[in-house]
Amino acid sequence: MAIHQISVFVENKPGRLADITAILAKGEVSIRAFSIADTTDFGILRLIVSDTAKASQVLREAGVASSVNEVVAVSVPDITGAFAQVVEVLAKAGENIEYAYAFLTPEIGTAHVIMRVGENKKAIAALTQAGFAVIDNEDVL
Amino acid sequence: MPKYFNPEIETASRDYLTALQSARLIKMVQNCYDNVPFYRKKFDEMGLLPGDIHSITDLPKLPFTVKQDLRDNYPFGLFAVPREKLMRIHASSGTTGKQTVVGYTKHDIEVWSEGAARAIVAAGGTKEDYVHVSYGYGLFTGGLGLHYGAERMGATAIPVSSGNTQRQIQILQDFGSNILCCTPSYAMYIGESVRRMGIDPKTLALRAGIFGAEAWSENMRREIEKALDIKAYDIYGLSEIAGPGVSYECQMQTGMHVCEDFFYPEIIDPDTLEPLPAGKYGELVFTCIGKEALPLIRYRTRDISALSYEQCECGRTLVKMLKPRGRSDDMLIIRGVNVFPSQVEHVILSLGMEPNYQIVVDRINNLDTMTVKIELSDTMVSDSVKEIEKQEHKIHSTMQAVLGVSAEIKLVEPLSLPRSEGKAVRVIDNRQI
Repeated sequence: MAIHQISVFVENKPGRLADITAILAKGEVSIRAFSIADTTDFGILRLIVSDTAKASQVLREAGVASSVNEVVAVSVPDITGAFAQVVEVLAKAGENIEYAYAFLTPEIGTAHVIMRVGENKKAIAALTQAGFAVIDNEDVL
Repeated sequence: MPKYFNPEIETASRDYLTALQSARLIKMVQNCYDNVPFYRKKFDEMGLLPGDIHSITDLPKLPFTVKQDLRDNYPFGLFAVPREKLMRIHASSGTTGKQTVVGYTKHDIEVWSEGAARAIVAAGGTKEDYVHVSYGYGLFTGGLGLHYGAERMGATAIPVSSGNTQRQIQILQDFGSNILCCTPSYAMYIGESVRRMGIDPKTLALRAGIFGAEAWSENMRREIEKALDIKAYDIYGLSEIAGPGVSYECQMQTGMHVCEDFFYPEIIDPDTLEPLPAGKYGELVFTCIGKEALPLIRYRTRDISALSYEQCECGRTLVKMLKPRGRSDDMLIIRGVNVFPSQVEHVILSLGMEPNYQIVVDRINNLDTMTVKIELSDTMVSDSVKEIEKQEHKIHSTMQAVLGVSAEIKLVEPLSLPRSEGKAVRVIDNRQI
């Protein structure tokens, strides 16, 4: 039940992010969530998109280096302390969070949190058991 | 203060030198024919016999030797002596990760030491001097070459080796080193560190420096001389021929006197391979007429230089070679270490990456820097910064192990490196030398 994430290598130079998002737009790929990790020389643009396969294809055609992996996405009620519970469940399961990013869906009243953990299966089992709704690409279309 | 280490040779008449060179060439050619199958085969193919060589003027009849020949006969295939006669092995980096290996007999070490000793005396060195050797010691010929030279001419050698600039300066101060031997870029760096530490260079006992193993300009000479309050002398050498001391500068600083009694120089047109007259720039070629273990015939150095037979004011009659102007191949010299773009490519391929790369060389704070930009592919992209940095570190350490010099690794986007006419521009050298 993990979610597909596409990671794009972006050099730190002006206009590069604009180029890449334009490539996705032209390919009619919708960005559902994203985060950017940066170092001095390069950044990694992490995206959850409407059509991962299409995104990979248009990026490859445009000569942009990308790769796809699976991460854990969980739906969290938009109330104080909810995310703290998620983190606690994972800590108890012995799962490390390497990075996380979140987006709110005001119309539904929940937040989606996307996390890179050590072992997806273990994390998903722990979260499901604790009553959290783990979501996949279908849920964010 | 003696002006020459070996006045009989260094001020010999041209006739005497020619006779000596001729006698040594005849002996050397026989040694090559008898003991090096590679040369015997070449001679046989050309229909040449050792007896066809009567004097040094017959040299153009002989075949050339190139670095590839050393590689093809790696490691010891071109040695002309049995193992019990070998006294030392040195090596320098080659083009495909394989090193160029050279060997010396006791006699060869003496020849090389004499070349380095002549260089130290020409730079004003005496038996009372402390010779501070900051070239690296090891397979690289720099450190041991100057070390043996210093001992040979009777000075005191201080084998500091390279690195640890603080300690270098402390030794310069406390031991009172008189002559510094290192690469010119390192001399600049020491000079700057001395200034930064607030030390007046006039308080140091340092009088002269002997700098080589990389290209440097007259401007850089003036800067070093000012920064350290010394006279800076150029020295030339390559391990295939011996090491530092193949040629050296005198007080006139107008070119390097070649130890032509051991290493006979020619200048050739690198395209036609025809010998060029004195004064013309072309590829420098040496024949090791004074060596036993690795007697290379007409070895193409790839360095572009010219010879001057004009009488030098220092009194030496040995021919001078002018400061090399560049190279006839793509070899780069980074902090004294030979680096071929093909070695970089070899590492990239060995790590399973596409050979889309560019080498950018610069000189920052007078130290050579090398950056290797590599286009990454989809398989190298990760969502984790750590993973990508781990790949960079792996490339960096493999590169360092193969090249023997550190290079900054920079991963770049696919198709981002410039391509001209389908062929990539592999090397950008921004150094102002």
